[in-house]
Amino acid sequence: MSQLPQPPQLTVCPACDEPLEPADNFCGRCGADLSALPPARDGAGPVAARLRPEHGGPEEGDYRLAAPGPAGRTDPAARPATGPHPGPAGPGRAPGHDTVPDPRATDAPAGVPAGVPAQAHGGPTAAPGSGPACPGTGRTCGACRAGMIDKDGYCEHCGHAQPRERDHMEHESAGVAAVSDRGLRHHRNEDAYAVSTTAQGDGGTAVIAVVSDGVSSATRPDEASAAAVLAARETLMTALPLGTPPREATHEAILRAAEAVAALAAPGHRPREHDQHRQENAPACTIVSAVVTGDLLTVGWIGDSRAYWVPDDRATQPARLTEDDSWAAQMVAAGLMSEAEAYADERAHAITGWLGADAYEIEPHTASFHPDRPGVVVVCTDGLWNYAESAEQMAAVVPPDARSRPLECARHLLGHALDGGGHDNVTVAILPFPTPSEGAGSA
Amino acid sequence: MANFSKPRVPRFSAEVYQNTHLPEGGREVNAIVTVTATGGGTTGETPVPAFASSSPSSSPSGSFPAAAPDAAVVIMVDSSGSMEYPPTKMRNARDATAAAIDTLRDGVAFAVVSGTHQAKEIYPGGGRLAVADATTRGQAKEALRKINASGGTAIGTWLRLADKLLASSDAAIRHGILLTDGRNEHEGPKELLTTLEACAGRFTCDARGVGTDWEVKEVTGIASALLGTADIVADPAGLAADFTGMMESVMGKEIADVSLRLWTPLGAEVRFVKQVAPTVEDLTGRRTEAGPRAGDYPTGSWGDESRDYHVCVRVPNAEVGQEMLAARVSLVLPAPDGSPPQVLAQGLVRAVWTDDLAASTSINAQVAHYTGQAELARVIQQGLELRKSGDLDGATAKLGRAVQLASRSGNDDTAKLLAKVVDVVDAAAGTVRLKAKVSAEAQMTLETRSTKTVRVKK
Repeated sequence: MSQLPQPPQLTVCPACDEPLEPADNFCGRCGADLSALPPARDGAGPVAARLRPEHGGPEEGDYRLAAPGPAGRTDPAARPATGPHPGPAGPGRAPGHDTVPDPRATDAPAGVPAGVPAQAHGGPTAAPGSGPACPGTGRTCGACRAGMIDKDGYCEHCGHAQPRERDHMEHESAGVAAVSDRGLRHHRNEDAYAVSTTAQGDGGTAVIAVVSDGVSSATRPDEASAAAVLAARETLMTALPLGTPPREATHEAILRAAEAVAALAAPGHRPREHDQHRQENAPACTIVSAVVTGDLLTVGWIGDSRAYWVPDDRATQPARLTEDDSWAAQMVAAGLMSEAEAYADERAHAITGWLGADAYEIEPHTASFHPDRPGVVVVCTDGLWNYAESAEQMAAVVPPDARSRPLECARHLLGHALDGGGHDNVTVAILPFPTPSEGAGSA
Repeated sequence: MANFSKPRVPRFSAEVYQNTHLPEGGREVNAIVTVTATGGGTTGETPVPAFASSSPSSSPSGSFPAAAPDAAVVIMVDSSGSMEYPPTKMRNARDATAAAIDTLRDGVAFAVVSGTHQAKEIYPGGGRLAVADATTRGQAKEALRKINASGGTAIGTWLRLADKLLASSDAAIRHGILLTDGRNEHEGPKELLTTLEACAGRFTCDARGVGTDWEVKEVTGIASALLGTADIVADPAGLAADFTGMMESVMGKEIADVSLRLWTPLGAEVRFVKQVAPTVEDLTGRRTEAGPRAGDYPTGSWGDESRDYHVCVRVPNAEVGQEMLAARVSLVLPAPDGSPPQVLAQGLVRAVWTDDLAASTSINAQVAHYTGQAELARVIQQGLELRKSGDLDGATAKLGRAVQLASRSGNDDTAKLLAKVVDVVDAAAGTVRLKAKVSAEAQMTLETRSTKTVRVKK
C-alpha cells in the first residue's frame, strides 16, 4: 500500500566503483547502501524532498523491493503488498529515471487498502521487530550508512530509529487516492486513513475515504486513529451495499469508530512508563469521512479534521464542507473573535469533540452535497490545512489536474505542508467527483 | 529442554523508566532500569540454565541443580588481640560464626579462616573446603574453640587465603563473609587495594565491622570492590543475628557473575552507570569493554531480588522528530567456554527529540527520586568528612541538605540516623544544628549506611 519513489538504477557502486547487479540493495564489496540517492525532482518531488539524509536512505531501502523478493527480509514491517511485485517488473526500473512511483499499491486487493498496518500496532515499546528473536534485519542504517538495523528497529551503530511503516503511506485506486506522512517534527505518524470502493445498494459505485488524526496529548494516539478509520470503513462497506442512505451510514460509521477507539482504553492496556505525561488520557482521535455515491457527496466528522470541495473550474467557489469541533471554531461561531484572531490563538487547535473513552458525548456531524460541476473532495487532517486554511487557500494549492491525477494531487498537497514546515503529521485523501467511470463497478 | 522440577535459577526482567523526550539540542538521557530476578518454577518461561555441567554438586540429570545451592563460602573472623577487649567480642564472634555455620545448607562447600596479621585456616584445613552436613557443621563449630585472639590486622592476607580456598571449588557462587573489629594496621592501604583488585570478579564478599574501632572506608571499600554488603554491628551481641541473615542471603543466591551490559550508539558518552537500589554503588569506572560500543559492569550474584540502576548517557544531537536508541541495557551471563554470553533480560533507553516543551521538560519521577538518593549519600559522606575536619558550617550545610533529601524522599531509616548526628530544626527546609556530642557508633552507622536508598513511594 505504500508508494515511494524508486531509487535510480546504478550500474556501479558510487563509493568503490564495484559493478552492481541490477537489483542490489548494497554494494557487495564495500557494503555501501545503494538506496542513498539524490533527491527526486519529478512529480513525487515534494515527498522525496523531505527524505533528509537521516532517514532518506532507509525509507527507500525499507520500501524498495529487494531483488529476490521478500524472502531476504526479516523485518516484520515488510508489507504483504510488496510481495507480489518484484522490483524488476516495475516500469520504474529503467535507467535514467530519477524516481517513479511504485505501481504495487494500485494492485492491492480492491476494497481493503488502509493507511494503517495490517498487524496490531504496539506503540513505541513494541517497535517493529520485537517479534521473534533474530540477530538483526540485515539492512543497513540510512542515517549513518555504517551500522546494521537490529531487531528492535534501531541502528546498531548510531542508534537512529529506522522508518516505520506508518511514517509514509500512499494509496491509489479508481476514485480515490490518499497519502499520509509523519511530517518533519513528529517522531511517528499518528494519523491514519482508510479508503475503499464498494458497490452501492442501487448498483452504483460508492467511494469511501476516512481520515483520522490521533490526539497527541492522549496515550497511544496512533492506535486510536488506526482503529477509528478501520471501524468506520468497515461499517460503510457493510451498510452502503445494503442500500443504507449515505448520511445514515456515515452517522453509524462514526459511532462504530468511536466505540472502537473507546475500547482501546479497556483495562489491560497498561500505560507506558516513558509516556508518563500522556498517561492520564485515554486514546483519542478525530475522524472525517467522505462518501461519493453517484451525484451525491456525503461527509461526516468529529473533531478538527476537514473536508473541502475544490471545483475544476477555479472561477467558481470552493468550499469547506466541515465545521471544526475546536476552540477556534467555537470562538468564531459565538462571534467572540474573528477567524484570524481565533486561529492565531495558541488554544486554536484545542478540540472540543473527539472519539475516545473520555469523550463527553459522541455527536457525529454529517452533511450531504450535490456538486453541480466536476471537482475534487479533499479530506485531510490539520497537518495539511494548517498550511491552507480557507477553502480559497486550499483551492489555490490543489493542482489543476487533480481530478485526473488524484495521487499526484495528494502528494503535492503533502509537499505543500512539508514545505510550510511539516509541524504535524499530514494526511490527505483526494476523491475525484464525479467518480471516474473507468473504475471498477462503474455505473 | 523440559524442566519439570522447580529450578533454583531465577528469571530476569528489566523495566526502563525514563522521559524519552529531549528538547531541541538536548543530549543527556537519563533512565532508571529496574532489574528483577525471580525464582523459577512458577511459570512456563525459559529459566536460566544452571552451571550444572561443571559442578560436582549438581544433580545427575544435569539439567538443573540439586536442592543444595551450587555455592562455596569462606567465613573470615577477625582474631586480632583487640577482639579480647572486651572479651565478649571474641565470644560473640565465635557464636556468630557458629550461627552462620548452622545456616549453611547441606552440600555447600565452606571453610572458616581466622584473621590477624596473617590468615589461618581454622576448618577444615589443608587448603580445602568442607562440604556442609551435620558432621562437618559440628566439627567446624568445635574448631572455633581453637581461635585465640592475639596479633595484628592485615585483611588482605585473609582475602587472599579466602580466594585460594574458593578457587579450589568450581561452585558458581563463591562468597566470603568478613568480620573485623579494627583498622587494617599491619599492611599498607595499597596492599589491601591490590588484593581487592585481584579478588574482584573471583568471589563476592560481605564485610562487617564490629564495635567502633574499625575504619568505615575500609569495610565499605571491601564490600564495594567485591560486590557485597557492608554494615556496622556496634554491639557484638547483635553479631549472631547479622551473620545468620548474611548467610541466608548467600544461600538464596542462585546465579553468579551477572554483568550489566550497556550498548550506546556511536558518538555517545556514558556519563555514569550506578546501582541506586538497594544501595548506591557507582559502577562507571568498572566497565570492561564488550564488543563494539558496549561495555560490561559487574553486578555479582543474584537471588530473588530487585535492583535499580541509573544510566546516564550523552547522545549525539539529532533533529526534532528523530528517534534514537540511546542505550540498550542488558543483563548478561558470560558463557564459560567464551561463546557469546546469554542475555537474561534487556531494556531499551530511547531518545525522541520534540518541540513539545511539556513533554521534554518533565522529569521522570524515578530518575528524580534516585538522583536525590545519590545526592543524599554524597552529602552525608561530605558532611561527616567536613565535621571531622572541623568545618562546622560546611558540615551543617551538607547534613542539613541530607535531612531535607531524606525527609522528602521518605528515606526514614537514614532520617533517623541523621537525627542522631544533628538536631533537626526544620526537615522540609533542611535547617539543622550539629549535635555537640555525637557517639562514634552514631557517626559510623550513618557513614556506613549512607548509601542505603529507598524506592519511589507508590
